[in-house]
Amino acid sequence: MIGRGGPDFQHVLHPAGPQAARIAHLGWFAFVVAATVWVITVSVLLWAIARARRRERADEPVPADGERRMTWGVAFGIGASAVILLVFLGYDLVVGRTLSPVPSAHPLTIEVNGHQWWWEVQYADTAVHDRFTTANEIHIPVGEPVLFVLTAQDVIHSIWAPNLGGKKDLIPGYTTSVWFQADTPGVYRAQCAEFCGVQHAKMALFIVAESRAQFNRWAIQQRQPAAKPADSVAGHGYEVFVTSSCVMCHNLEGTTAGSHAGPDLTHLASRRTIAAGTLPNTRGNLAGWIVDPQRIKPGSHMPPNMLEPKDLDALLTYLQSLK
Amino acid sequence: MRASSLVIVLAASSLIGCEREERTFRETPPSTTPTAVRVSALQPGTPADTTHTVNPYERNAYAQSEGQRLFGWYNCSGCHANGGGGMGPALMDDEWIYGSAPEQIYTTIVEGRPNGMPSFAGRIPSYQVWQLVTYVRSLSGLTPSAGRSARVEHMMIYPGSQSLQKAEKPKWSFTPPAAVQP
Repeated sequence: MIGRGGPDFQHVLHPAGPQAARIAHLGWFAFVVAATVWVITVSVLLWAIARARRRERADEPVPADGERRMTWGVAFGIGASAVILLVFLGYDLVVGRTLSPVPSAHPLTIEVNGHQWWWEVQYADTAVHDRFTTANEIHIPVGEPVLFVLTAQDVIHSIWAPNLGGKKDLIPGYTTSVWFQADTPGVYRAQCAEFCGVQHAKMALFIVAESRAQFNRWAIQQRQPAAKPADSVAGHGYEVFVTSSCVMCHNLEGTTAGSHAGPDLTHLASRRTIAAGTLPNTRGNLAGWIVDPQRIKPGSHMPPNMLEPKDLDALLTYLQSLK
Repeated sequence: MRASSLVIVLAASSLIGCEREERTFRETPPSTTPTAVRVSALQPGTPADTTHTVNPYERNAYAQSEGQRLFGWYNCSGCHANGGGGMGPALMDDEWIYGSAPEQIYTTIVEGRPNGMPSFAGRIPSYQVWQLVTYVRSLSGLTPSAGRSARVEHMMIYPGSQSLQKAEKPKWSFTPPAAVQP
């Protein structure tokens, strides 16, 4: 699997944070109670069938007040069901109430904007000049609550990171919010959980939970403008980028490419995947994606690019230098 | 007899539906570069060709809505607003400086025009230019209503394809310009 951080990188039963853990506990509680009730109910049913057959074989007459003798049994069953359902309701409400408020006055705030079919990510909590934009990969410090402010550009999307929390809808023209906290470092996969068009399945997001020091290093790197081309090949690649259709949709901070219709590519090479978690970020995959994205994600808004081999090669060298 | 006519009606309607809703992910544009595009009706002697390139996207709702999306993405709206005009000329009226025919609009986008219209050659793939052409022409009602979106939130002087909207009269009372005009 792509960018796999461990065997549990997308798993509801392996929570990596407090919310997912509470929801997993709720799930296990419901499962155990329901399983117990089911076992008891089926045992009683089997016992009743066996008793009836025994009576039939022994030609015992059916007791005249048979139905009435069931009154206490039925009343107990209804009472027990009502109590169990109320306990479920109460537990559910308590979990919901503990999960909804962010347990911090100034949490790290990340704005996520859903697009068909990728995620725009803006780190927004610091001073204006410290804001930075990335796509399809979110880094968060371990052990701190992180507030996600969500909206969408085109249709309704939904964010769900099974190990951490969610789901929460991203709605055009409307802002929602959700918070996650990761207690175990690792790479977790999140997925769009609301059908949003032909490439809904290939709209993934990786959440990298790392130590505060690692996170700060990453954030400082992400705030830098795009790396200057190091050699003449990369320089030619840069020329290709800013004089072809790339420039119509993509942003490279600190250059003349400034469109925000597609994912920000300022630090493309620092990301694990391309095309919203669809492919590992390798030179070959990048080449295939640039030349014929409609083969990898049919319907994607990225057009095919018929580049000369020399130009494509230089462009790849440049893009791979954007650490 | 009844059944066969039903079959004919169904077959015919499915054909109509196909054209409107057809989506091809790997586009084959009608013509990559229109040649000898005239932007003036004046010709020495007897005017020769008066035929225009047919843009097959005009009956296709998907291509047209893609054109609308690109109109925003590529910042056409920065100068033309949503068709009403601003720094650039309005696109929803019947005045065309460089012609309203598909290949004329194509050339305007690709080559640019004096006094402000940038040239997008090499920046926008040709199939997307044709989608933009479709949308631009739909703004002033030059495309068939069947392909027009009924769910446009911007100003439109021509109603979309759904019957309720069709029942409304256009707010401006001018006759749509003929398809062939300079």
